[in-house]
Parts: sequence; structure tokens; C-alpha cells
Amino acid sequence: MIRFEKVTKIYPGSQAAAVNDIDLEVAEGEICVLIGPSGCGKTTLMRMVNRLIPVTSGSIYVNGKNIMSLDVIELRCSIGYVIQQIGLFPHMTVSDNIATVPKLLKWDKRRIQARVDELLNLVQLDPVIFRHRYPRELSGGQAQRIGVARAMATDPPVMLMDEPFGAIDPINREVLQDEFLSIQEKIRKTIVFVTHDIHEAIKMGNKIALLNAGRLVQFGTPEALLTSPVNQFVKDFVGADRALKRLDLLKVQDAMLKNPVRCYDTDEVQAVHQYMKEKELNYLLVCDSQDHLLGYVNHRDIIDHYGKIGDRVKPMTLTVSPKRNLKEALSKMLSYDIGILVVVDDNKLVGILNTMTLAAVVGQTYDEQGGRWGKITAGGRIL
Amino acid sequence: MEIWQFFMQNWQQTLELTRQHAWIVSISVIIAMATGVPIGIWITFNEEAAETILYIAGIIMTIPSIALFGIMIPFLSIFGHGIGTVPAVVALVLYSQLPIIRNTYAAIKSVDPNIIDAGIGMGMTRWQVLGKVQLPMALSVIFAGLRVAVVMSIGIGAIAAYIGAGGLGRFIFMGINQTYGAMIISGAIAVSLLAIAADILFGYIENRLVSKGLRS
Repeated sequence: MIRFEKVTKIYPGSQAAAVNDIDLEVAEGEICVLIGPSGCGKTTLMRMVNRLIPVTSGSIYVNGKNIMSLDVIELRCSIGYVIQQIGLFPHMTVSDNIATVPKLLKWDKRRIQARVDELLNLVQLDPVIFRHRYPRELSGGQAQRIGVARAMATDPPVMLMDEPFGAIDPINREVLQDEFLSIQEKIRKTIVFVTHDIHEAIKMGNKIALLNAGRLVQFGTPEALLTSPVNQFVKDFVGADRALKRLDLLKVQDAMLKNPVRCYDTDEVQAVHQYMKEKELNYLLVCDSQDHLLGYVNHRDIIDHYGKIGDRVKPMTLTVSPKRNLKEALSKMLSYDIGILVVVDDNKLVGILNTMTLAAVVGQTYDEQGGRWGKITAGGRIL
Repeated sequence: MEIWQFFMQNWQQTLELTRQHAWIVSISVIIAMATGVPIGIWITFNEEAAETILYIAGIIMTIPSIALFGIMIPFLSIFGHGIGTVPAVVALVLYSQLPIIRNTYAAIKSVDPNIIDAGIGMGMTRWQVLGKVQLPMALSVIFAGLRVAVVMSIGIGAIAAYIGAGGLGRFIFMGINQTYGAMIISGAIAVSLLAIAADILFGYIENRLVSKGLRS
């Protein structure tokens, strides 16, 4: 969808290339994050796509067409553009801001208004309330949403985003990132996304292009960057805690033990007790006939009882959704001091997560050092 | 009391002089605006010219007004307008250039480059950015310059009576010649009131034109 071929940029009066011989392809519907230390050329590379910065040599293709063969205004109108400070026009209402490109393209009024309302709904702002507001009457998060809506006004297939969440406090940034990802799930734009925050890159990117001093150092999925960095620079950049960063990346459903053992509310208490004794289980999950989680039983509580399990069940309050990331799940486990977390999707029991399954997933990144030591267990002096 | 008496006896003449005064100033400010704003815009594209032009406008402003009126006489008598309204208007136009050009230039220059970048990046031409983004955002500062120019012109316009342009300065000069205090003060008060009225009028227009989104 966007292809960079041997792209080089040398600013006038400068010896060194700001962008040096970069080949890169951004696939349709993907977010490609450009990241690197400041001055690495990531912003320059992005701004060359809509010709805000002219290419010194090499070519860039958008949708198969060389950008130099297109009319520059047409090119820019067909590429959504979101910048760091959001860049809303303070003298225009929200509605006029969003309508900027449609107005340049001379859409008729009714079509513009319908599109504005549609976009406001998409970014979860009520059109009736926000249409006539001015940017100064918006919070940072709302302004950011309007910035995104403005960039999507004409439904361009390609979007350029230059640190779009950079100026927003960390809590709201998380919320906006999640929102944007869920919007992206629907709209499937091809996005070039510049950031200097490795967490953001891992979270937002389908692919990450790590740049240093104008050169492309590594290009691949966030997984690949974390698990197989090509050199020391990449290792340093993603950070010593890259194993932990994978927790951000992985969802509970990727790590959970599926289809855990359980009993049903209609089961006989004594049969269940017998089973628990055999398997040395202290606790067992209880479901109803549709596999909805009802709670758990403790073997001591049922030891001398008869009747149905349903009468002995204790409610389970702490569960996690399979869509959450592992970092959240681990944090829950640590803060409540529990070794196991039950995974429930829409009240249905789908799996469990314990420290073993977590370590198994995260451990895949440890291969290089811990690996040769083999499995060390507890036990003290051995000879 | 004496002043009130003077006004009651001469209200027709006061009104006539005020009309003359307002007329000279209006013409001057309209011409100054029609030249100053475009020059201010133009020099935002041309940094070298900006320095020179702001320098020249600054120098003109330091010339004492009475001297400038004097300088006008030999030049404009070539065209048969050595004294009267024409040299007055020319002088006021020259004086008004600095606040108008400087404010226009500074206001356009002070627009956040990120916002201009957003405009260009979305496909606006340089002229569209100027017309749809920079000028609307610069409007209130440009207006501040116009208000300074108007109030200043009303004040300096009083001196134009010296070269026969009429206006409220007549009362002041005649009062000085006749050591007639009430006349001097009446003229001065009328000039002040005219300046205040013009400032209020411009404030009102500014309020109507400048976007609500820019008010803090």
C-alpha cells in the first residue's frame, strides 16, 4: 500500500543523510510504527509520504502510484494527517474543523454535515453537544478524537500520524490508544505512525520499523523485535525489560489453559469429593449446564455433605476477560496474592491462568541466558 | 461651566468641526488599512523586505507631526495641494502604517507553525492557509493595530488644523491665539470623545468579526 524504495533525504546544507537508503513496505490495513531516538529520521520519513518534505532520491509509492506523478494537493487530500499538537484550527468549530478537507474538495453542505455527524459518533462524541464547540472548549482527549475524525473526513485509505497521543496524560493516552485500535479494527486504514515511546509502538503497531541515524535497523512485528532483536542497539532500545513488555503484547487468551476441569451444579457432592481426592485438588470450579461460572467448592467444605454441588458453591469474585493483556492479569494476581485467575468471557468459563502458564509464555524470550542452566528447582543442598 | 456655555453657544460649529475631523481620519485610516494590511501580509513572505519596511515605518513615526506637516507643503504644492485636507491625509496615512503593518506582520507570524503544517498537510494551498487559517487567527491583533492607528490619527489630526485642514484642532489653535481657555479645552475634550467613540466602534466591529473560538 505504501512502498519506500531506496528513499534518501539529505537536507540542504547538511552532509549527513537524515534518511538513508530506506526500503520499507507498509501492507494494506496495517499500522506501521516508525520509532527511534530523536533525530533518527522517523518524522522526515513520514512527512515525505505526503510530500511535506521532498525526497532527495528514491521513490515512494502510495497505492501503486509514485507520489511524484500525482498532483500534490490531490495527494494530500487523499491522505489523512494527524499531528503531534493535534493542530485543530482554534477559530473554527469542531464541525468546521472536521469539514476542512471535504470543503477543499467542495462537497455539498448536506453531505458534509452528515459526514461530520457520522465521524463524531465514530469517535464517541455526541454531535448535538460537540458540533458547535470550539477547540478551546475541548479537553485534550476530546481534541485528539476530533483530530482523528478530521483526518478521516474523506475516508482516505492512508493515514499519517505524528505522535498523535504525545501531548496527552498517560491515563487518557491508554484510553485513546484502546479507542483508536477499536476504531482501526472497523476502518482498517493503512497507517504510518510515528512515536518515540516503545510501549506505544508495541501496543499500536502491526509492524515496527526501528530507525537509527537515518537507517532502518529492524523491521518486523513487535513480537520479532522483542524476541529476536538483530543487534545490541535494538536490544537497548526495546529495553532490558523486554520480557515484561511482551506481557503488554499478549492477551490472556494466548496464555491461558483452555477448558479447565470443572464440575456442574447438578453433580452429586460425594462423587465430586471423590474426584478431588483422587486428583489431589483443594478447589474445583463449578458451572451450570451452559458452562456459566457459578463459583468454586473447597474440598473441606464438602467432605461430609450429600446432595447437589449447587448447594455448596461459593461465589468467585475475581476473574479476567480473555481480551485483556497479560500485564493486567499478572498485576491482578500479584495485588490479590492469588496463584490462579479464572478466565471468563461473557460469564462463560473459558480457561484459567496461573503462574506456570504465564512463565511459559514469557519464558520464550529468555532462551539466550537462562536456557543453558536447565531447570533449577527448590531443595537446598543436594549432596 | 464656562466650557458648557462655550459649547452651547458654538454647538453647530463644534459639530461641523467634529464632522471634518472624523472625515479626515476616516479617509486616512481606510487608505492606511488598504495599504498597510497587504504590505504586512506581503512581508511575512519576504523576511528581508520585512526588516527594511518596518524600519522605514518606524522612522516615519519618529518624525514630529508638526514637522511632517511642514515637509508636506513643498512636495504637495507641486500638485497644488500644499495645504488643506490632502497633506493632512497623506501625513496620517504615513503615521498609521507602522502600527498596522507591524501588527499584521507579527500576528500572521505568530500563528502556531503546527497549525499551518496541519493545513498544508491536509491539502491547503499557501493562499488557502493564509485566507482560511492565518488571517482569521491574526484578526484580533490586526484590529489592535487599527485601533491604535485610529486613536493616534484622531490625536495627530488635531494638529492638521495648522496647515488648514480644519477639524477640531481649529478650536485648539484659535484658543491658543486668543488665550481663550474654554475654547482650547472644548476642542481637546471633543477630540478625546471622538477618539473614545472610534475605539468603542472598532471594538464592536472586532467583536463581531473575530471568531468566538479565539476569545479567552
